[in-house]
Amino acid sequence: MSGQWKVAVDRDRCIGSGLCAGTAPDHFELVDKKSTPLRELVDPAEAVSDAADCCPVEAILVTDATTGDTVAPV
Amino acid sequence: MSTGSEIMAARTYPFGDPDRLNLNPLYEQLRRSEPLTRVRLPYGEEAWLATRYDDVRLILGDARFSRAASVGRDEPRTHPHQGESGMLAMDPPEHTRLRKLIAKAFTARRVETLRPRTQEIADQLLDGMQAHGSPADLVEHFATPLPVTVICELLGVPFTDRDRFQLWSEAIISTTSLTPQQIMEYLGNLHAYIAGLIAQRRAQETDDLLGAMVKARDEDEDRLTEAELVQLSAGLLAAGHETTVTQLPNFVYVLLTNPDQLAELRADPTLIPAAVDELMRYVPLGTAAAFARYATEDVMVGDVLVRAGEPVLGALASANRDDKVFEHPDELDFHRESNPHLGFGHGPHHCVGAQLARMELQVALQTLITRFPNLELAVAEEELPWKKGMLVRGLQELPVRW
Repeated sequence: MSGQWKVAVDRDRCIGSGLCAGTAPDHFELVDKKSTPLRELVDPAEAVSDAADCCPVEAILVTDATTGDTVAPV
Repeated sequence: MSTGSEIMAARTYPFGDPDRLNLNPLYEQLRRSEPLTRVRLPYGEEAWLATRYDDVRLILGDARFSRAASVGRDEPRTHPHQGESGMLAMDPPEHTRLRKLIAKAFTARRVETLRPRTQEIADQLLDGMQAHGSPADLVEHFATPLPVTVICELLGVPFTDRDRFQLWSEAIISTTSLTPQQIMEYLGNLHAYIAGLIAQRRAQETDDLLGAMVKARDEDEDRLTEAELVQLSAGLLAAGHETTVTQLPNFVYVLLTNPDQLAELRADPTLIPAAVDELMRYVPLGTAAAFARYATEDVMVGDVLVRAGEPVLGALASANRDDKVFEHPDELDFHRESNPHLGFGHGPHHCVGAQLARMELQVALQTLITRFPNLELAVAEEELPWKKGMLVRGLQELPVRW
């Protein structure tokens, strides 16, 4: 599974702006008004890193599943 | 279930002239009995109006509703001119390409680094108001210069030019306060002014947001076009001060006319962040729902079928008073357990400056009520002058005494 990204949302930090679900509807949805990744492991996709880059409270963390390095937010 | 748009007679919208910060009672009636209703605005095509929280959030956040699809349509609107809405006329991923260029500058973390400077500005302005003496106009002495100074410093726009761009910025939120000709002229001036600042940054790099955007453009021309760079910068400058400038006096007006809640804040300043969000929920900033979302396919919104191609307006202020989400929604309550209001919108177009506005409003309110423990209106409430012909409700002046 090398090359995959790991997606995590800090629900305490999330303010439910809906930016991620609107920006990357294939990867995030709002559950009880807070963001939730649809899958924890994803193939690299710009929409996912964009969602993390656009989050106003930096509640989304995208890391390289193999190395653990941060992909976004940058 | 309703079978669609053809069976319902359209109501005239907006529902009458705005009355201070009071929400027209028809919204409540519609939330109960006709949550999606047909409306006809002074200009543009007929539309749906959504008034319930869940429906408004759906049309703002769901990718089946598009702003880009408004381009080329006769958009439902309150004013004759159909303005270029820049990012607000784009959908992801196009919209995201621009949004991510500026999002970094407005994250909660970055905004926190601006708090000490914002505090300093607030202190200086209130020193000035104190020196001026009671009574004083809070709009002139505090609510206008505070957010304008902050956005100028953030962008790198000289504050000393404010008399010029403040006038031109009105073009972005005017409905009928300016003529279509004036709006064109002011926008042209604003864009030319910004183009000048951009040229300066090409001659000499700066570490402000404008400098960063210029650098992003020049390093990779695919990231944004020159026209987008100018429009985006002008939009940030205008939005950055027409909104908080308007909302701060609205908040102070609400507090001065709700003495119990004001006393609560004075007694416990830790309530300030919750108070700012509750005031965002409670104050209907917009005079009418605007920026219709166009369905790109048939979508059920509640019990109503919205057909592909139909525009839907979301009434944020009405959603914020929906009793399915907010208990006793018409009361100002700083102790709500959660407050998922839509005051900053929702979805891809959620206000990029939301965290900055929150911080500014928190600093402003806290400093004002601490420095002026006896603050009150200097004129009778009925005499307060409210703006007309704008997308937003706000006070021309807020005379206060202490």
